[in-house]
Amino acid sequence: MSKVVKQLPGEAIVAATQAPSIGNSFRAYLQRVRGGDMGALPAVLGLVVLCVVFALARPSFVTSINFANLFTQGAAVTLIAMGLVFVLLLGEIDLSAGFASGVCAAVLAVTLASLGLPWYVCVLAAILTGVVIGTVLGTLVAKVGIPSFVVTLAAFLAFQGLVLVLVDEGTNISIRDSVIVAIANRNLPPWLGWALYAVCVAAFAAVQLLRARKRTKRGLVADPLSLIAFRVGTLAILAGLAVFVLNLERSRNPALVSLTGVPIVVPVILVLLVMWTVILRRTAFGRHLYAVGGNTEAARRAGIPVDRIKISAFVICSSMAAVGGIVAASRASSVDPNTGGSSVLLYAVGAAVIGGTSLFGGKGRVLDAVLGGAVVAVIENGMGLMGYGASVKYLVTGSVLLLAAGVDALARKRAAATGLR
Amino acid sequence: MTPLLEVRGIDKSFGPVKVLHNVEFSAYAGEVTALVGDNGAGKSTLVKCIGGIYPIDAGTISFDGRPVQIHTPRDAGELGIEIVYQDLALCDNLDIVQNMFLGRERRSGLLLDEDSMEELAEKTLSSLSVRTVKSIRQQVSSLSGGQRQTVAIAKAVLWNSKVVILDEPTAALGVAQTAQVLELVRRLADTGLAVVLISHNMNDVFAVSDRIAALYLGRMAAQVKTADVTHAQVVELITAGRSGDLGLKNGVTP
Repeated sequence: MSKVVKQLPGEAIVAATQAPSIGNSFRAYLQRVRGGDMGALPAVLGLVVLCVVFALARPSFVTSINFANLFTQGAAVTLIAMGLVFVLLLGEIDLSAGFASGVCAAVLAVTLASLGLPWYVCVLAAILTGVVIGTVLGTLVAKVGIPSFVVTLAAFLAFQGLVLVLVDEGTNISIRDSVIVAIANRNLPPWLGWALYAVCVAAFAAVQLLRARKRTKRGLVADPLSLIAFRVGTLAILAGLAVFVLNLERSRNPALVSLTGVPIVVPVILVLLVMWTVILRRTAFGRHLYAVGGNTEAARRAGIPVDRIKISAFVICSSMAAVGGIVAASRASSVDPNTGGSSVLLYAVGAAVIGGTSLFGGKGRVLDAVLGGAVVAVIENGMGLMGYGASVKYLVTGSVLLLAAGVDALARKRAAATGLR
Repeated sequence: MTPLLEVRGIDKSFGPVKVLHNVEFSAYAGEVTALVGDNGAGKSTLVKCIGGIYPIDAGTISFDGRPVQIHTPRDAGELGIEIVYQDLALCDNLDIVQNMFLGRERRSGLLLDEDSMEELAEKTLSSLSVRTVKSIRQQVSSLSGGQRQTVAIAKAVLWNSKVVILDEPTAALGVAQTAQVLELVRRLADTGLAVVLISHNMNDVFAVSDRIAALYLGRMAAQVKTADVTHAQVVELITAGRSGDLGLKNGVTP
């Protein structure tokens, strides 16, 4: 009954399970980069180039006080960008994230200053506001079917008004709660910085080693020990350097007031980075998010609730905007109608895209937002030190964003040509 | 030998247009049944009725000898009927394993159980003797048309399916890739599955099928054993609905 179909050699390449080694991994990485999958490479290279240029032009760029400044300056934008990654992954956009952070910060300020509620209640209220905003935006996009560009553009305008209403037509509400102010203005004690460092590096090493061992046991291809050592070593050296520099005395007058330690926003960003990365890479929800961004129809046929996934992406984005708003309010110790306004949103979108998140959907990581956020912070900070005004800063940041989006589009074209991604 | 999947007397209309008239169709375990017919003959409609995408107006579907109701794609999936559509429905930005388990991921606790998924995907692919992919952690975007088809078929087989329906799997493929996919189709049947192959290509049909079902203007012209007919007869059945003693009499099922 069964006929034998003649076997043609065709492209039948017998599974060449290359011996995994650090050399092979590196070669595979080079091949991916050449094929158009650059990942975070442009952001990292850009960061290095920018830092070298600014360091040569302005020696004050490489002081420990400026290094600490970079983190607090970039924190709010980075946090908003982390949320934006989720929406960008679907190929959608949220133009209202900046003013959503402003609205949430205003809610925080009003509940804190006018109602006098304890800080944790106010933080919760601000984040809940973010959740509500995200639900409304997501529902309008997913269920009603209005393009996200229009929905969030409308929200962008409306939220400016909402902030004005909340802060009474333009008054400046100052925040005096010590916990909230501490987030962006206080530092960890140096010993805690080192303890955190040790825990992070150890946990990273443990996760990598355990995974490799589990895979080897099952007979699957695992990362070689040398590659794991390289990764852990790089993290240990870079993070160690950062903690060391941040623990140096950076007060202008140490006798009067001592200023040392890792800014509190750093662990805040780290915790959120790890949390969202795990959710995106290791849970079914994250997998479905990528699937919807890659091929909505395929996701639908696989039984994935596409609408629910879309709405949750907007909820995550607006909630992270709320967190960004809280950090911005903390840094300024006040909220005014311009909180989350002007360039915040564009910097956040820029951060996500510069880091390697595709505007076409389906490709991106939360880490991209952090790397891109660092680039944006360095430009802002370095240009400031060079004495350039707002005009040049906007021009340069705009060009960098255009460059990043151009790299994304070209990489995509190249990927389509080489069949890689 | 009782057919694994048997439909009897199916009618299907879209508004005033009657697309399927009293269609009979059977698929047997361990065999490849080719479903042929000209454009608009109703092949895709029939398949979508079986897959639970379109409701049927009249007729019965029986599975493994007992009558069943298929109202949604999920019902079909639970019976073990998987359809591989022409557009494959793969996510380019995910790798092979991720695509094969899409929507039905295995978990341990809250997190995905990547290792067991990778193992099972590997097992499925090697049981189909698929050796054409370098790594199952490759992104689908880097695969050729034939490899994509293979992944889509393997995805359908992964779920202990009993009937696999392939909608023109070789339509967009080159010579070597077509041979590979046909070989895979044959192997599926040899492992005991009932395979339904929709195709326009007579060479493909004669290369792998055990039976041929020819639709003509929404009517089943004939269901015959491949060994009993010639190329020319099948072409006549497709284009005219009859060929000598075979086929429709005066345009209706005898």
